[in-house]
Amino acid sequence: MENSVAYEKATELRLGLPGIDEPAVLSSVKNNKRPLHDEKSGENGKSAQNETAPPSKAQIVGWPPVQSYRKNNFQQAKKSESECGGIYVKVSMDGAPYLRKIDLKVYKGYPELLQVLENMFKFTIGEYSEREGYKGSDYEPTYEDKDGDWMLVGDVPWEMFITSCKRLRIMKGSEARGLSCSGV
Amino acid sequence: MIEEEMNLTELDIQENGIDDKGGSWLSCFPESFTSLEVLNFANLSSDINFDALERLVGRCKSMRVLKLNRSVSLEQLQRLLVNAPQLAELGTGSFSEELTFRQYVELESALSNCQNMHTLYGLWDAKGIYLPALYPVCTHLTFLNLSYAALRSDELAKLLAHCPRLKRLWVLDTVEDKGLEAVGLNCPLLEELRVFPADPFDEEIIHGVTEAGFVAVSFGCPRLHYVLYFCRQMTNAAVATIVQNCPDFTHFRLCIMNPGQPDYITNEPMDEAFGAVVKTCTKLQRLSVSGRLTDLTFEYIGRYAKNLETLSVAFAGSSDWGMQCVMGGCSKLRKLEIRDCPFGNAALLSGLEKYESMRSLWMSACNVTMNGCRLLAREMPRLNVEVMKEDGSDDSQADKVYVYRSIAGPRRDAPPSVLTL
Repeated sequence: MENSVAYEKATELRLGLPGIDEPAVLSSVKNNKRPLHDEKSGENGKSAQNETAPPSKAQIVGWPPVQSYRKNNFQQAKKSESECGGIYVKVSMDGAPYLRKIDLKVYKGYPELLQVLENMFKFTIGEYSEREGYKGSDYEPTYEDKDGDWMLVGDVPWEMFITSCKRLRIMKGSEARGLSCSGV
Repeated sequence: MIEEEMNLTELDIQENGIDDKGGSWLSCFPESFTSLEVLNFANLSSDINFDALERLVGRCKSMRVLKLNRSVSLEQLQRLLVNAPQLAELGTGSFSEELTFRQYVELESALSNCQNMHTLYGLWDAKGIYLPALYPVCTHLTFLNLSYAALRSDELAKLLAHCPRLKRLWVLDTVEDKGLEAVGLNCPLLEELRVFPADPFDEEIIHGVTEAGFVAVSFGCPRLHYVLYFCRQMTNAAVATIVQNCPDFTHFRLCIMNPGQPDYITNEPMDEAFGAVVKTCTKLQRLSVSGRLTDLTFEYIGRYAKNLETLSVAFAGSSDWGMQCVMGGCSKLRKLEIRDCPFGNAALLSGLEKYESMRSLWMSACNVTMNGCRLLAREMPRLNVEVMKEDGSDDSQADKVYVYRSIAGPRRDAPPSVLTL
């Protein structure tokens, strides 16, 4: 059942560096909403502290200690900012020396976006199909969504995509093919 | 309620699920009602009946405090101010709509007539270009709350140049260190500074303020005694300089937002920073600590913070000894709140004698067990020892503990999730 293995691999949470096969440790931290007890109970003296990385604050309930009405105000302000401003996301390409930034609001849909990416990084994207992803090229455009998952560009409606896309990554090679359910 | 109260002088509405979309509560004030001195509906999220408000404000000539909510526009603000030049405290509504030049001039003129104004709040989403309208009012201001306006450093600097008498300032960290330098340069009488984070949960954004901004303020504002400071980096040396410049701190609340973060230059714990605070600031009443801290911080606190009444601790300490130092040393301690620290039963029980003289103790996500809490409850019957357990946690762990003295006995209104031991 080669297909199902490939499917599992494709849908597995992968936050590690490109090219590394082991699933990254980070994925469990991201899903864990509890304060990090494990790090604290093992602590005994300075040596333990130096090795323990500080817990990421985005996952900790009630931290930083900002009152809820202030939090609501920030969210309101941020929302109005993004409504009139652009939706700027970073674009990385495997192997490229530096990243670029684009404003997703400027484009009307996927064809335009993909064209721009091709021009920006001087490569060709394959033909998209829902069943097989991007065929005919070594590269596949992917994006990180709000949940931290890496998704193939093109699967969801454009409006949904631009509001959930946090950053873009043009994947190259075998890893790219693993992401689309082509079973190769 | 409003219809009954003919001599109401203060109406302060905090958001508590009031289900009134049309603001018709304002129309309930009869035309003969003129006694209102304080009207605050800043936290109400619904729209209001502006005509009713305008008439109300116009006839209450003793009104000194008016705090509007976000639904009130700049143009509406101008209409209110024209009839209320006596206001001492003003919370503006939204400060961001498009104004014609004429409207802007009228707003500025209305504000300049408010010669009694000493406090200004609101300024939601304030656009930098309209801030100059405030300049005439700024000369007398003693309290300026800009914590809902994401100002840049240059915008703040220009505004503060007109605020020489400022004693209290609240800002967002969008003003950055450069903005705080302007505070130090323009506000020599400053006593209180609060810097709130505009993006507390977004790790990608590395803006905000650093130790440099705080140090700059301390050089220019020697009278500073209350600070609340959210930042993403700090050093021991900076804090030592700050308290050397401002030894009169009564409230020192420093929040380094990344839990357990060390001095970013030396990579050492922040023990010496808080050591400097408690050694130098003998009048310290309230302290909030943060960053990577060992028991040494708490040794310092126990030894030197003899006037400390409130202490907030998170993600700090190395062992029970830390909390024991505080319980043993801080004779005036009233309120202690701790989360995510390696303090266990020995630490909890070291305060046995102390809790009755305190208002409360809160410990969450520490190493305290149910047995420890039961022992405390048994030894000290005049204390209420309440435990709140989290779903899925170990049976023996006391996830959240709240201890307070009570002569009324255990509470009878506790929800099922709260266990009184």
